[in-house]
Amino acid sequence: MNSKKSSQLLQQLIFVGPSALCFLVIVVVPFLLGLYYSFTDWNGVSRHAGWVGFRNYIHIFTEDPAFLNSFWFTVKFTVLGVILTNVLGFILAYVLTRSLLTRNALRTVFFVPHVIGGLLLGFIWQFIFVKGFSSVGAATGLSFFKLPWLGTEATAFWAVVIVFVWQNAGYLMVIYISSLNNVPKSLIEAAQIDGASRGQVLRKITVPLVMPAVTVCLFLAISWSFKLFDLNLSLTKGGPFKSTESVALNIYNEAFNISRFGMGSAKAIIFFIVVALISILQVRATKRKEVEV
Amino acid sequence: MMHTSTNTGTNRGTSPRAGARTSRGYRAKRLILELLMILLALVFLVPFYFLLVNSVKSFGDILTNSAGWPHAFLWNNYAQAWKITAFPKVFGNSLLIAVISNVLLALISSMAAYRMVRRDTVFNRLLFAGFVAAMVIPFQSIMIPLVKVVSTLGLMDTRTGLIICYLGFGAPLSVFLFHGFVKSVPREIEEAGRVDGCSTYGIFFRIVLPLMQPIIVTVIILNALWIWNDYLMPSLILQSPSRQTIPIATYAFFGQFTKQWDLALPALVLGITPIVIFFLAMQKYIIEGIAQGSVKG
Repeated sequence: MNSKKSSQLLQQLIFVGPSALCFLVIVVVPFLLGLYYSFTDWNGVSRHAGWVGFRNYIHIFTEDPAFLNSFWFTVKFTVLGVILTNVLGFILAYVLTRSLLTRNALRTVFFVPHVIGGLLLGFIWQFIFVKGFSSVGAATGLSFFKLPWLGTEATAFWAVVIVFVWQNAGYLMVIYISSLNNVPKSLIEAAQIDGASRGQVLRKITVPLVMPAVTVCLFLAISWSFKLFDLNLSLTKGGPFKSTESVALNIYNEAFNISRFGMGSAKAIIFFIVVALISILQVRATKRKEVEV
Repeated sequence: MMHTSTNTGTNRGTSPRAGARTSRGYRAKRLILELLMILLALVFLVPFYFLLVNSVKSFGDILTNSAGWPHAFLWNNYAQAWKITAFPKVFGNSLLIAVISNVLLALISSMAAYRMVRRDTVFNRLLFAGFVAAMVIPFQSIMIPLVKVVSTLGLMDTRTGLIICYLGFGAPLSVFLFHGFVKSVPREIEEAGRVDGCSTYGIFFRIVLPLMQPIIVTVIILNALWIWNDYLMPSLILQSPSRQTIPIATYAFFGQFTKQWDLALPALVLGITPIVIFFLAMQKYIIEGIAQGSVKG
């Protein structure tokens, strides 16, 4: 009996040990340390981290307009990014589940931007906005292309949104396609025999049945846009005048550019709380709308 | 909800509805829809056009004629970008890190998930709850102390350190996906193996692991795209140029050659080529893997 117990322990160690240990060292310990640092004035280098209580948090909410601006930017960006990627992704999926000749090639094209990382995409689009758009503007005379895209606050915001939608709509399309293929054809045919129009079928049958996919896609899009970093860094670097600085980029700059690790940690904790709250609320809200077939 | 047939490669050109309604009006409508979609696809591809044609132009040509065809093809741009970014070295680093992290991550998370499903102890239940809860933690929330932890362990500026970070930060989602799958594997198959004298390890590696193949593909694809394209984590942990991955090298290159588009654009083309080729070659699995992963997630 004793040897059986010890072999059980060994099995537990071998099977669960490696991932539990990595998880502990890489996620749990840093998370707890971060919580501690958020109450200190640690600068990242010195051995000593002085306890400052809630001073960092108070500072953030009362004397750090840049952080609050980055929050506001991130919220605006998330709302637009989530709506536009989901709407475009769903439309693409809806059309590309019909029997079009070039269907498979089109799916590939719409998906391909997603496999390229945000950092490289940001640099590619920097060129498009700076050089490409202006030459198209010169050739066609369209004022849309003549705007100083990355130069003004309003247009730089839309620049980030455009690239984000271009990058991610195809991914959501894939999820919506697989969900649309699961809608039973018999239900749709029955509705058509009863005289339902295409729009009615879409609203009354298709959309309720793809609600689980909507949950997933909203979750993914919110998570990507709220944690926007790579694309932000390479496309605008937060400019002009920090107007397009995301929360993630603000935290990064606070810690690694001006070496206020304590302050950065406090921001990171606030960021975590907000992300966790949004995730929980959102999953709860959409789960309620799901329908079982 | 469990069995999603993704239906990506095979076409359903002869669906009953299309067959029933081949009136001329319907066909014309579909043709217009098809043309509209092709037009939209071309718009999606325009950035790649700009990238490719300008990557072989001279600097002056890029400035005066960025939308048009090159006056002369300067393939030498690529040779220079190849040399300055030390592309083979950087590509090798990216590949090494992505492959090792992926294999280890899939292995340790599938083992952990299997054990957690089959041994429903309080510890395992708590650990699983911890993994699920950690899925919402953004990387930016732990990156500052993580640097400190990695340097305390003496793993700063090592590829081993980076790989361990990927194992730890990737474990929650991977374990979660495997966990969902193992629950659907019937215990009876394992009982049969045990009767035949297999040890627990034998049962896992010879019976359960092969059954997990679809979810392994999903996990590897999701993690591969993430790790290959990740910039932030390697930028915090790797410092030596000889250890750089493609995203870090690209970022460093842009810092050095700002606005030198005749070098920057070919460097970008080099940077995106491996992952685009990988995607086109593995497209069927990638698309299916994503659809599967999202249904389970």
